Amino acid sequence: MNNFQYARATDVADAIRLLADPGAKLIAGGTNLIDLMKENVERPTRLIDISRLPLRKVEETADGSLRIGALVPNSDLAYHPLIEQRYPLLASAILAGASAQLRNMASVGGNLMQRTRCAYFYDTATPCNKRHPGSGCSAMDGLNRNHAILGTSASCIATNPSDMSVALAALGALVHIAGPSGERAVAVTDFHRLPGDKPHVDTSLGTGEIITAIELPPRGFAQNYSYLKIRDRMSYAFALVSVAAALELEGNAISGARLALGGVAHKPWRSLEAEAALRGQAATPDHFSHAADLLLQGATTRSHNGFKVELARRAIVRTLTQATNATPQSQAHKKIA
Amino acid sequence: MGDVTHQISERIPIHLVVNGVSHTLDLVPWTTLLDALRDHLALSGTKKGCDHGQCGACTVLVDGRRVNSCLTLAVMKDGAEITTIEGLATDGALHPLQQAFIDHDAFQCGYCTPGQICSAAGLLVEGRARDADEIRELMSGNLCRCGAYPNIVAAIQQAMGQP
Repeated sequence: MNNFQYARATDVADAIRLLADPGAKLIAGGTNLIDLMKENVERPTRLIDISRLPLRKVEETADGSLRIGALVPNSDLAYHPLIEQRYPLLASAILAGASAQLRNMASVGGNLMQRTRCAYFYDTATPCNKRHPGSGCSAMDGLNRNHAILGTSASCIATNPSDMSVALAALGALVHIAGPSGERAVAVTDFHRLPGDKPHVDTSLGTGEIITAIELPPRGFAQNYSYLKIRDRMSYAFALVSVAAALELEGNAISGARLALGGVAHKPWRSLEAEAALRGQAATPDHFSHAADLLLQGATTRSHNGFKVELARRAIVRTLTQATNATPQSQAHKKIA
Repeated sequence: MGDVTHQISERIPIHLVVNGVSHTLDLVPWTTLLDALRDHLALSGTKKGCDHGQCGACTVLVDGRRVNSCLTLAVMKDGAEITTIEGLATDGALHPLQQAFIDHDAFQCGYCTPGQICSAAGLLVEGRARDADEIRELMSGNLCRCGAYPNIVAAIQQAMGQP
């Protein structure tokens, strides 16, 4: 880890002011940043400690939304009564990620900011356009079994590693941001970006900006939902493919559908077309399969990750079936119903 | 640092209460909590395994919550109460988890054991594990390369008062 200066922000405005230093980075839980610093992938000259800022509330707003402070630890959010009752899809996705220790440390804002776990991004001996723009992509013709199949570019096939963000995308969450020019909010689906020719830029967060909160809209899909994560070991591993599914049913007819994928792209992958195709249809495997085809439209594969297309297709059908039957995937009892 | 607005310096004075004992340390900001415990306070019970948050050997309790001390900067925990494996026994009596690990032979080489026990102590406080599957899932952040997992789960069940 490189040497750095340490500053403790007293409030959000102080943090924004300190971010004027181009070598500075924010730190909250530190679970990803410290790891990347130990690997010399991140080398900030100053860390701005925001962990003591008053951004730890979970509050209901007048319109029935839920506003979650950016510093709420992942574990506290997953076990918060309002999340368990109203947004169990989000609780389940959070509990599918990392370990109990890391969830205790990691903040909600930090989870949104975590970087890819592409092995070449971590390995400073190899070219990586995300780590060193213009140096090339080692994954493209390297070991790319874990890599993206959707929204890729010629520069980068890294995936976003977050489980939480997949559920947030399905639920239509907003990210609240403060910065030098004031406050703004952006849909979580527009917060993370596709790699394009700038894979070193993960998010739409501007210079000097800080995440202050996440907002969940009133519809929580608490009856019919499931988060299914497929990975190489049954716990404490990143997704090969994960699916967040949420349905509103009238009898066996789908009146509302949300569907997002993790582990397949540079951002949580959601398709309004696939969701629209489900609305008004019977909740049957045939219709689920059709939606899966729409969601996976345009998938491109490399030498080792071709299996992800069929895996995702089957996982989508499985997860929508679990949601329909109100038998969400347990993150502790591993049998997939 | 108290209510200092923001302080930038080479060494920073840090106050920690470790296993009930108050300590003031002057640390460079890149010192992890793990290194502070082992190298500055001579509490070598907490182990450095992967040093990347992947194995759980460094697990300690910070203000009662289990965390990976290798991914924690000591300076960020100024004022916190830390419990390590050395602080679990009271008045010479083993913590119920320590006794249970002995009763169930829940280790082979023992390197992961301090982290396993501190993690299990956090698990008991959280109160979220009700059966063996849930124990396994919520202990998945602690690896045991000897593969003592069945005995570790049995030891935790004993400490939880389960048959």
